[in-house]
Parts: sequence; structure tokens; C-alpha cells
Amino acid sequence: MIHILRKLSRDLPAMLGLGIVLFVLVLAILGPLLAPYPEDAAASHLTRRLRPPSAAYPFGTDNLGRDIFSRVILGARGALSIALTVVSTAMLIGVPLGLIAGYRGGWVSEGIMRVTDVVLAIPQLVLALALAQLMSPSLESAMLALSLTYWPFFTRIVYAETRRLSASLFVDALRGIGAGTSRIVFLHILPNALSPVIVRATIGLGFTILVAAVLGFLGMGATPPAPDWGLAIAESRTYLPRAWWYATFPGLAILITVMGFNLLGDGLRDIVDPRIRRSR
Amino acid sequence: MMPVLSVRGLKVSIRTDEGMAEILDDVGLELERGRILGVVGESGCGKSTLIRAIMGILPRGATIDRGEVWFEGENLLAFSEAELNDQVRSSRIGFIPQDPLLALNPVFKVGTQMLEVMRWHAPDAKDPTGPRGGARRKAHVARLVGLLRRMQVPDPETALERYPHQFSGGQRQRLLIAAALACAPGLVIADEPTTALDVTTQHQILLLLRELVAEFGISLMFVTHDFGVVAELCDDLCVIYAGQTVEKGPVQAILEAPSHPYTRALLACHPDRATTFLGIPGSVPSPLARPPGCLFAPRCTDARTLCLAGRPPQGLAPSGAEVRCVQFA
Amino acid sequence: MLRFVLRRCILVLPSLFGLLLVTFLLIRVVPSDPAMALAGDAATPEQIERLRQQYGLDRPIWEQFAVYVGKVATLDLGESAFSRRPVAVDIAQRLPATLALTFCALAISVFVGVPLGVIAGLTHNAWPDYLLRVFSVLGIAVAAFWFAIMLQLLFSMELGWLPLRGELSPTMQRPPRVTGFMVVDALIAGRFDVFTDALRHLVLPAVTLSLGGLATIVRFTRAGVLDTLQQDFVFYERAMGYRRRRLVWIYVLRNSVTATVTQIGLLFGGLIAGGVVVEAIFDWPGIGSYTVQAILTGDRQVMLAVTLLVGTVYAVVNILIDLVHGLLDPRLMERA
Ligand SMILES: Nc1ncnc2c1ncn2[C@@H]1O[C@H](COP(=O)(O)OP(=O)(O)OP(=O)(O)O)[C@@H](O)[C@H]1O
Ligand SMILES: [Mg+2]
Repeated sequence: MIHILRKLSRDLPAMLGLGIVLFVLVLAILGPLLAPYPEDAAASHLTRRLRPPSAAYPFGTDNLGRDIFSRVILGARGALSIALTVVSTAMLIGVPLGLIAGYRGGWVSEGIMRVTDVVLAIPQLVLALALAQLMSPSLESAMLALSLTYWPFFTRIVYAETRRLSASLFVDALRGIGAGTSRIVFLHILPNALSPVIVRATIGLGFTILVAAVLGFLGMGATPPAPDWGLAIAESRTYLPRAWWYATFPGLAILITVMGFNLLGDGLRDIVDPRIRRSR
Repeated sequence: MMPVLSVRGLKVSIRTDEGMAEILDDVGLELERGRILGVVGESGCGKSTLIRAIMGILPRGATIDRGEVWFEGENLLAFSEAELNDQVRSSRIGFIPQDPLLALNPVFKVGTQMLEVMRWHAPDAKDPTGPRGGARRKAHVARLVGLLRRMQVPDPETALERYPHQFSGGQRQRLLIAAALACAPGLVIADEPTTALDVTTQHQILLLLRELVAEFGISLMFVTHDFGVVAELCDDLCVIYAGQTVEKGPVQAILEAPSHPYTRALLACHPDRATTFLGIPGSVPSPLARPPGCLFAPRCTDARTLCLAGRPPQGLAPSGAEVRCVQFA
Repeated sequence: MLRFVLRRCILVLPSLFGLLLVTFLLIRVVPSDPAMALAGDAATPEQIERLRQQYGLDRPIWEQFAVYVGKVATLDLGESAFSRRPVAVDIAQRLPATLALTFCALAISVFVGVPLGVIAGLTHNAWPDYLLRVFSVLGIAVAAFWFAIMLQLLFSMELGWLPLRGELSPTMQRPPRVTGFMVVDALIAGRFDVFTDALRHLVLPAVTLSLGGLATIVRFTRAGVLDTLQQDFVFYERAMGYRRRRLVWIYVLRNSVTATVTQIGLLFGGLIAGGVVVEAIFDWPGIGSYTVQAILTGDRQVMLAVTLLVGTVYAVVNILIDLVHGLLDPRLMERA
């Protein structure tokens, strides 16, 4: 752990990513304390609609007179909790399936991997949209739909790692000294497969924030008056080009957050898989 | 007579993460016209770097700090990259690489690769009066097929249409020799061209090279770490240790009476005349931290305090070889 | 060569079968009343009853699956609950617009991304490389819908250089439909004003759609070039006096794009998904906006058809990708 951090600290882009991620995390936790107008999560002030950026409202105000700066800060919590829920649910589904498929072999493995292929063949966004619609549009179904589309990535990775490890000498040795299957899988294979899973999860967090924003933008995710970044951009379209700030700042928030996760994920991957590092 | 190739006091260092690595410290050699010069040394002593310096293709971060490379009366170090490409590589200096599989581009036909070189560097490439376009290409193909036949590549007509992986190792090495000769250079440099081959194939290739030198009137610089190959093929010898020329002279003289302790140790290790199977104790000093004094002193059985005082100068041994050792200073 | 292609085609059959099975399960088994689900929310009881018979929903499940596969195979994809037309007809009408957009986006990604990736690889750890790396991270992290709006804001609303939405200006008369591709039809009709107008409409959506792919291609090409430059044959080719430009852009590049080509296959998912958003924002009359419309109105027959279409396209694209791999690297073709 410490050695990973030390290596990470030498990688400038990855440190930038880590900084952004921590910053967004702080915003998510302390958002209501940091935002200048925390009540603007729901309130509306029709007397100050669509004001351009100023000292009092650094990012301007929206069509209901709410401070966009505050709403961008308040939106971090929603974005992160959606991403964390989705990615951890996807991991809960995907990792066990990958372990089973990788360790068992035979038709069980074949079946799981074929389903994985099929789900991977359909673009995440399209599948998530379809599923969310099937389950009647709401934030919860959007999150469930995203989880149901993201698990195959984890299954693939864990499957490959499990395959590699269970063919390796040290698992043979463990079997030789009579270690049970569950012991081998949970104590020896899983910890070894964990690093690529963490890398994928980091990149997945960024990706999920992006797709969740699209869902919000299409009206299939967060519902008004939630301070959702994607939703804000959708609402802003009526007021363009006059209120350029309305669309600009929530989008920048998405961009920076996703970039943070990607930079961090790339950095972690370089450490976990030094083979790729050479070609970076 | 003026040598075809002469390297004097060459020093090359590479900037690495750990500091400046002095890959070559002081290399000198002469190759007379029509002769075969063997360059011998342990792995990592800088043989390939020497070749890269001569050809002007040093790795990133490498600099030539000192020295001269004279080729047919011209100082190659004064050539620009474009001039080297236009006037020297392939057209006047042919190159035979070490690993015949890795050296060929795997996704292009052998013929495509060889004709690419001839297109720019064959003797008629810059001749405005000769045939052009398709006719010139046809002439190139004909020359290549002839060369491949001479190299005893099976089915030379169809060989050009095949991919590198469709040949055996020995055949690939023959292809590369043909490629080196394709543009009729006066000098050919070979970097351990037989190391990757089995003994029989190695022997055949050496015989072939020997014949080609006479037949095509070329001079050959042949890098190897195998004294057996040197004895079989070469006229002159240059022994390199840790980026320094430690002994050079006629092969006959050096093999009969090796003067430098390193040469003696190397010869003692050779299976044909092994007195020991242990090799030379110790290892080549890291190019990052070269000891003061004679670079071989830490491994030398005859080392004295004088050896640690400074780099020993070049001296003449009784055998006629030039030797870098305090014994002959 | 032919064997190679046939083999690949046979290899995707299980995936296509899986796709049919999953969609079948989603639409027939998961909802409590599939007929009601198929007909959509606005359907009358008669319509539902007709669907029930049409799809044989009263028969055993295996038989139903067989009927379903038969219908899909004959392109009978049902009727859109929204447009009340056969879905296959709707799709056929909208497909060219999407294909044109996807093709342009892919072309931009490849023809800009590959050279930029090569430049990044050649200037490893110098400023062009750093710049392109930052750019490629940004390109992957940016939300396409936001970027589209920013482009509209700048180039359409502020500067007025390019049209805001649609595939043709409302004042333009549509050329007669021959191929369905607006640009091609305009040329066939000899209407150069329509042609340039259609091209101008393509620019912003295509640029938006190309962004994610562009970034990915830059990344992978760069990694490929860095990898190739380490190979022995590059030194050999330099020692043999290859021309610098030809060495890089022919001999190195062809060895470097294998991973990039694989990525282009994977990109298709992103292109289709991105197409959904981009088409929605630019009012592009293609499959993407059709999908959004279907999702927003709960038109399940259309969603089903689009899912099948996308899955099939994905499979076909992957066959093509394998083929390109085979053409790029003779060793692969022989192994098959
Ligand atoms: N690009 C580089 N950066 C840093 N060090 C290098 C580089 N290239 C070579 N070296 C170092 O230079 C020394 C000489 O390398 P070189 O390849 O010239 O040896 P060699 O005599 O050809 O060995 P071999 O017989 O194994 O081919 C080695 O210690 C090697 O580690
Ligand atoms: Mg070497």
C-alpha cells in the first residue's frame, strides 16, 4: 500500500487525478457547509433569474434564480453516490461471477462468459436506457440499470486473472497441500485479482458519472429540483445562447471530475501492470 | 595504404536515469581494404554501441564525447543524419544484424523490404541516364534474385514474395547478407550474425562470407564474442573490454601469443583450448561506475599497484599487437 | 482468405444466438404480460389480443422462441407503437443518416487520431507528446452532450458559422431519395447547394461524435508506436538507410496499429451510444434520435429492434476488424 502511494507520488498526472478526486470527495461530504447558498438545492428566487457570473454568484444564476456555483458544489454528492453505488453493485455481481467462471470451467464458465460477451456487445448507454425505461424512469432504476450494464467488465477481468492464477504453480502447490477450494479462491486468488479490479473500478467511477449525467440529461435519471449536473445542462438548453454560464459550469464540473478519476486510474494501472508502463 | 575504416579514441556516453553511463571509453581500430576484421569482447562491452556510433544511429540520450570515425577518407562524425542516409548507409556501408528474425519487419514481404532499400541506394538509384521506374525495379529484382541464388536461398524467384516468418533462421540470415550486399557497398559491418544459429549453419554462413569478401571485393568488420569464429574467418583482430580497445593486431599473431591478460583469459575460456571451465572471475565494470586505473585490473591475475594509478597507455607487444597494458607501456 | 472470413463468421454465431436469447427473455419472460408490454402503454385490448396471436404467446416457450427467431430472421421486427409503422421500415429510412454521421465521425477519429498518435509516439516525453496526452484524457472525460452544446453555443449561436441542428436547412428542398444518404442524393440530383448545406450540417455532430474515439485512437496509436520503435527491425531499417518519412509512416505505422484497430472495433459501442446523445441534441433524423424517442415513449418494440440491430452491427464490425488484422499482419491469416 505504502509502496503504491510512493510510486504514485512520482507520477504527476496521477497525483493531479488523486487531488481532483479528493477535492470532489470533500465537496460531496461537506457540500452543504461549503456552498454559499445551500438552500438553493431546492429554493427558487424569481427576482434574480439568469444573472451572469458576478462576485455574489461566481457561476451566475439559473432560470429559477438559484446560485449555480452552490448547485455545482451540491451536485458532487449526487454524482459520487450514484457512481459509488453503481460500481460497487456491479462489483458485487461481476467479481463472484468471474471467480466462478474462472475457477470452475466447463459449461458454467462457458455460459457465464457468453452472457458477459452479449451484454458487453450492447453499448452501455443504450442498454442502461432500455433497462431504466423497463423499470419505469427514476434515479433508482437508472442506478440499477447502470449496475446491470457494468458488471461484465469486472467478470472479464476477474475471469482472466483467475484463469491465469489457477493455472499457476502456486495454486497447484496449495492444492497439493490440501487447501480447500473456497480457501484457495478467497484467500489466494481474490487478493491477487484485486488490483486490476481496483483499477477498473476507478476508471468505472469516472465512466459512470459520465453516463449518469447523460441519463440525467435525457430525463431518465435525477429529477428536478435535484442539483444534478446533467439535469442542469438539460434545463439550460432553453436559455441558450443568452445564459451561456448555465450550461458551461455544470459541464466543466463533470469534465474535471471524470478527468480526475481517469488520471488516477491510468496512474494506478501503470503501477499494477508495469508491462504497460514501458509503452506509456 | 589508407584503411577503409579507422576509428580513433572513440568515447560515447549515454545519459540514463542513474547518471552518465560511459559505454565506450577509448576505442580504436583499423580495417584495411579487402580484409576481415574481427571485433571481440564479452557481452555488454560495447560492441553494438560501436557499430551504432559508426553508422550514426546512437540511442536517445547518447553523445559522442571524443574520437574520430574515418571511412574512405571522410570523417563520418561530421556527416549530418541526412548525408549519412543519402551517401553512406547501404550504398557504401552494408549492415548484417544479429538476430535475423527480429531484424526483418514481420508484416512486409521480404522483397518489399529489400527493394525499398535498393530504390534509394542501389548504384543506379541516382543515375539519371539509367533505366527508370518499372525497368529499374525489374533490374533490382533481377539483381536480388541473383544474390539470393548465390546465397543458396531455396526458390530465389518466389522468396521475394514471402514473409520473414516463412523462412528458417539460417535462410533469414542469408537473406540479410544478400540485403547487405544488394547496393554493392565497399564495407560490410556484421553484428554477431551467426550467434542465433546452430553450429553447422554457422559454419556454412562463415564459409559463404569468406567467399563473398573475395568475390565482391568488400572489407568486412565482423563482431563476435567467439574466438573460434575469429580463427576461422578473420585476418585482423580487435579485442574490446569495457568500452576500450585492449589489444589489436593480426589474428595469427594474437592467437599464437596473446599479450593482454584479458585476451589470455578470454582464450583460456574458449572450449577449443579451455584450461578452465570457470570463465573469467568477476564481471565487466558497470558503465556507470568505471574504476580508476586499468579497467581490467579488478579481474586481472597479474594486477600490480601500478595498474591502479591511471589508464594504461597503448604499447607494442613482442607479437606485433598493440596492447593497452602496463606490461608493454 | 475466404476460409479466414468464414471461420470468423461462424465464431460470432453463438454471440448472435445469445443476443437473440437475451432479448427474447427480456421481452417475453420478464414482463408479466408480454403482449401488453410489446403493444406499449397506449394500446387497445384488441391490439394486445392481435399481438398475442401474432407472436403465438399462448404456445410453449420453446416454440415461441423459434417463432421469434424466424421473425427476426425475416426482418419482421413488429410495429412501432409510436409511428404505427413497421419498425423495419422506420429503421431502413433512418439508417442512412446514422451511417453517414458514424462514418464521418469514425473518419475524423482515424484520420486525425492516427497521425496525432504517431507524432506523440515520436516525440515521446517532449511537449507535443505531453500536449496530446492531456488532450486525450480530456477527450475521454468530456460529456458529449455538453461538448455539443458548447460547440453550438460558439459556432452556431455566437459566430453563426455552422447550422444549429438537423441534416438540411428548412429552406432547402430535399433531393429525391435514391440512396437515402443526403450528401449522395444531393450529388445525384446535381444540387450542389444542397450538397454543401448537408455537409455543413454534418460538421458539428460529426466532430462531437468523433471526440471520444479520437482520444482513444491517439492513446493506442501512441502506445503502439512507442512499442514498435523499440523493436530491432526499426534499428535495422534505419541502418539500411530507409527514408525517415517512409520508415515512420509505412514501416513503423503498419506494425503499430494492431491495438488501434482492435480499439476501433470496441469504439463502435461508444459511437452508437454517443450517436444516441448527439442525434438527440442536433435533431439528427437517425437511429439514435429514434431510440431516444422510443425510450421516452416506452416504445418497446423499437427498443428491442434497436438492441438487435446494435448487437448485430457489433458482431459484423468485429468480423471486419479481424479481417483488417489479417490484412495487416500476414502471420495471423496463416494461423487461422
Ligand atoms: N540505450 C541505452 N541506454 C543505456 N545503456 C545502454 C543503452 N544501450 C546499451 N547500453 C549499455 O551499454 C553497454 C554496452 O551495450 P552493447 O549493446 O553495445 O554491448 P554488446 O557488446 O553489443 O553486448 P552483446 O554481446 O550482448 O550484444 C551495456 O552495458 C548496456 O547496458
Ligand atoms: Mg550487441
